[in-house]
Amino acid sequence: MPVNISTYQPFNLSLHLADNALILGHRNSEWTGHGPILEQDIAISNIALDLVGQARNFYQYAAKLMNESSVDGKENITEDTLAYHRDAWDFKNCLLVEQTNGDWAKTILRQFFFSLYQFYLYEQLQNSKDSTIAAISEKALKEVTYHVKWSSEWVIRLGDGTNESHERILKALDDLWKFTEELFIPADYELEAANKHVGIDPSLLKSKWFQKVIEIFEEATIPIDNLSGLHSIGFYGKEGKHSEHLGYILAEMQFVQRAYPNCEW
Amino acid sequence: MTITKNDIVKILSEVMDPEVPVLSIIDLGILRDVKIIDDRVEVIITPTYTGCPAMDMIQTNIRSVLEQNGFLNYKISTILSPAWTTDWMSEKGKEKLKSFGIAPPMPKQHICNPALFHEEEAIQCPLCQSYNTKMISRFGSTACKALYQCNDCHEPFDYFKCH
Ligand SMILES: [Zn+2]
Repeated sequence: MPVNISTYQPFNLSLHLADNALILGHRNSEWTGHGPILEQDIAISNIALDLVGQARNFYQYAAKLMNESSVDGKENITEDTLAYHRDAWDFKNCLLVEQTNGDWAKTILRQFFFSLYQFYLYEQLQNSKDSTIAAISEKALKEVTYHVKWSSEWVIRLGDGTNESHERILKALDDLWKFTEELFIPADYELEAANKHVGIDPSLLKSKWFQKVIEIFEEATIPIDNLSGLHSIGFYGKEGKHSEHLGYILAEMQFVQRAYPNCEW
Repeated sequence: MTITKNDIVKILSEVMDPEVPVLSIIDLGILRDVKIIDDRVEVIITPTYTGCPAMDMIQTNIRSVLEQNGFLNYKISTILSPAWTTDWMSEKGKEKLKSFGIAPPMPKQHICNPALFHEEEAIQCPLCQSYNTKMISRFGSTACKALYQCNDCHEPFDYFKCH
């Protein structure tokens, strides 16, 4: 896709925000029909729907920017092109959202970490100088507020629940904590967008996020002694370097469009 | 004949929400504006929720009522800001919702309350009018509803939650 970037266009930022939402939305949708009880099956499916909705808005915007800035003005990129016809290394989602669902505790903790991050992020992005990014963020923030509340309550319920639920949430923490660091390490396109007052530097969100995590963990009786340092795993999904899981997600999600390009039903 | 905004709004009042078929897009506050420039009509709508799957069908239905009424030169635009709120639902819409068996949104927003396990305000059962009800799940049959149950008549019901 030849693009003219002489004037700044936040399509990498839009793609990153869309990819995060799409991949977690897809992960959550794997629970549909398999939730622990009906109400929570519906809850996680609703959250999936909200996330896919956010993804669509950001993809539509990225597609518009790409079409407008294509050299001959003749590109015809759509939200579907971006969701279904890119490969794993083109995806800019963080590693956290592509991790496997595991048990309910792992799904809940992943949602809690991510929703809380999205909450502080959208809170800032609703003031973006880019009016489309601001509008999508303002709209999504209302939904994310629900996601934070729901997932926080579940973290507390599991942490301060039975011995087994407590053990499971500790195991989930052990699996997921290492992926939280990436959320706050800015990718080039995030810094570039921050410089133009279109995005923000995510490292500025870290202390607020961490404080809230500690607060919820204390209520959930989850020990916090080992959380002090965020440890690195050395590569970042935001830059297109993914764990083995993303390939499997894309293989399933993109199969129909790859086998029958542009099919509709 | 000159087309007026009122003519178009009247036509669009026939477009119902496919998930709550007693409410029109005007009752719900989904229709934000109608602009007429020369004889071109622009219909401006906003989604209730970002991922609301009804929006595609609503757009199709807008197209079909406009065309049935002879308007072929039109454009449908979607805006996201300001974000939709239940405050935009008309009083008439709230009445219709209640008689359909869905508890209408309370006038005050409580989504901003950050407290966890927060006791929701008493929601009136749309079937027996009792306020002795409990929330079963914050997420209901669609993104815009929560699931409640009445402690008196024991019927479960949807609550169109504040947003
Ligand atoms: Zn009742």
